[in-house]
Amino acid sequence: MAIIFDRTPVLTDVPFHYCPGCGHGIVHRMVAEVIDELGIREKTAGVAPVGCAVFAYNYFDVDMYEAAHGRAPAVATGFKRVHPDKYIFTYQGDGDLASIGTAEIVHAAHRGEKITTIFINNAIYGMTGGQMAPTSLVGQKTTTSPLGRDKDHCGEPIRIAEMLATINGSAFIARTALNSTANLVKTKAAIKKAFQAQLDGKGFSLVEVLSPCPTNWGKSPAEAMDWINDAMIPYYPLGIMKEV
Amino acid sequence: MALKLMKGCEAIAEAAIQAGCRYFFGYPITPQNDIPEYMSLRLPQVGGCFLQAESELAAINMVYGAGGAGARVMTSSSSPGISLKQEGISTCCAAEIPCVIVNMMRGGPGLGNIQASQGDYFQAVKGGGHGDYHLVVFAPSSIQETCNLMQKAFDTADKYRTPVMILADGLIGQMMEPVELKMNPNPEMPEKPWAAQGYDPKGERPRAVLNSLYIETEDLDVLINRLHERYAEIEKNEKMVETYHTEGAEFILCAYGTVARVCKAAVRILEEQGVKVGLVRPITLWPFPTETVHDAIAQESVKACLTVEMSDGQMYEDIRLAVNGCKPCEFMGKAGSIIPSAEEIAERILKMREA
Repeated sequence: MAIIFDRTPVLTDVPFHYCPGCGHGIVHRMVAEVIDELGIREKTAGVAPVGCAVFAYNYFDVDMYEAAHGRAPAVATGFKRVHPDKYIFTYQGDGDLASIGTAEIVHAAHRGEKITTIFINNAIYGMTGGQMAPTSLVGQKTTTSPLGRDKDHCGEPIRIAEMLATINGSAFIARTALNSTANLVKTKAAIKKAFQAQLDGKGFSLVEVLSPCPTNWGKSPAEAMDWINDAMIPYYPLGIMKEV
Repeated sequence: MALKLMKGCEAIAEAAIQAGCRYFFGYPITPQNDIPEYMSLRLPQVGGCFLQAESELAAINMVYGAGGAGARVMTSSSSPGISLKQEGISTCCAAEIPCVIVNMMRGGPGLGNIQASQGDYFQAVKGGGHGDYHLVVFAPSSIQETCNLMQKAFDTADKYRTPVMILADGLIGQMMEPVELKMNPNPEMPEKPWAAQGYDPKGERPRAVLNSLYIETEDLDVLINRLHERYAEIEKNEKMVETYHTEGAEFILCAYGTVARVCKAAVRILEEQGVKVGLVRPITLWPFPTETVHDAIAQESVKACLTVEMSDGQMYEDIRLAVNGCKPCEFMGKAGSIIPSAEEIAERILKMREA
C-alpha cells in the first residue's frame, strides 16, 4: 500500500502536548515541511520561546535552543553571527514576541538580522492560563481583563506585522491565518518565502499567523476558527506587508 | 617580550582576543566602554564579530546564542548593566553555555556612581540570578593579572561548560599599567560536539538541545545534581589565592582586587614599624579559597584579622566562615567608591594591636 501522508522527517516522533483545536501543531508541521522541502535541515537550528510552544525543542528534529521569555531573536542573532552560512528560526507567541520581547524583535528587524521568525498571534497568553496579551482585542474577556479589554485603560491591540514592515531591515513580512484551507495554503507559502528570504541573505523575515486558542477563548475548535474570521481578521488584515 | 603601557580595558580586550575570543556582544556603560570600543575595531581584523546590542538583556542572550553555537564569546558591563544580565547568566549556567562576562564594578546600589567599587561581591559570588547555580569568579588586582586570567577564564569556561566572570573594579579598567601580552595568532579551540551547528540525523553527533527548562521535578533534579558535581570538581581544582608575608604574622589582612594592592602597601608601612602583618588575597572568589584563608589566620602567631573592602562588608562574610571563630575578625570598609589609604589601614591595625 502506498503511503500518501506521513510524519514529516523534520519532526521528532513525539506526540504534541497541545490542546484540541490549537494551531501550534499545524504551524509546527508547516515549518518542518518547509525546512525539509528547502533541503536545509542539516544547516538549520531553531529557538523555542516561553509560552505554549516552550517544548518546541522536543518536536523540531533540528538543533534547538530554548530561550528566556522574549529573548529568542537575540539568541538567534548570536547563532547567526557565528554561523552566517547556516539558518535559524525563532518560533514565538504573542506574549513572548509582542510584549516582553518587543525590543529584541524590533532590533533584530532593524539590524536586518538574517533570521526567520514564526509569530503565533492567538490574542492571549496560553500557557499561563488565558491572561490579556498586547494582541487581545478590545472587549475581549481574559483572566486579567474579566470585563473585556478596555482601550482607555490598556490601549488597543498592537499590530506587529505592520510595525515591522516599516523597518528597512525587514525583507519579508506577512500575516496569515489558520481558519480555512485556503489560508492554510497561504500560511505555508508565506513561511516558505520567509525562509527563502533568509537563504537569499535579504534580511529579517517574519510570518505572523492568526491562530486559534479554543481552551483560553472558551470556544469549541470550530467556534474558534469562526472567531478568527469574524473578530481577528477585521482588526488584523491578512497579506504580505513587505517583500523585497 | 616588551612591556607595553596600556589602559586596563583595552589590555583586557586584547587579552581576550589572544585567548581565542572572536565574538563580543555588549551595551555601553561607564566605566568599561573602552572594552566594546576596542572590540569593535579589533574583532573584524581577526575574523570575528562585534555587535552593539539594543540592551544588556539582548547582549547576554546573544552571548547565549553564540556560546551555544560553539564560539568563544564574551560580554562586558558594569554593575547596573550586570544586574540586567542576571536573567541570561542564570540561563547560561543552567543551559551549560561557556562564556566570559567582565564586570568593571562601579558604585551602587541603584545607579550609584561611576567610580570603582567592590559592591557586587554578593551578586557575583552568591548568585545574582535565580536558582541553584554558581558562577566561577576571578578577581584580579592588576592589569597584567587580568590579562593572564583572560586565557584561564576561557579555558575554564570551556572545560566545565560554565560561564566565568572577571570581577574587576573601575580602577583596573581605567588606569594604565605596563603589560606583557602573550600574542597567540592561532589560539587552541576545543572541539564542542554539543554545540548547535546543524544536525544530521545520519551522523554520529546527537541533536543539540540547549535548554534551561526541566518541567518534570525529577529531570530538574538530574540537572542540578550534574551541575553540583561539576561545581565540586571546580572547587577541588580551580581555587586561586595569593598569600603575602603571612608566615608568622601577628595580624592578617584579607582583601581582593585593587584594595589588596593598597593592603600590600600597608603591610610594608607596618613592617617598617616592626609589626609583622600579612595579606591573604583570594583570586577566585568562587570557588573561595577557604582552607588557605583559614590556615593563614589560624596560625598561633596571629592575634586577629582585618578584612578591607570597598563595600559595606561582603567578602567579610566568607572570611568569617573560613575563620570559623578561631580568631577575632574585624572589618574596615569604604563604600561610595572611596579608596582606603595604606596609612588608614596601618593605623587601624595599630589600634587593634593596642586593644
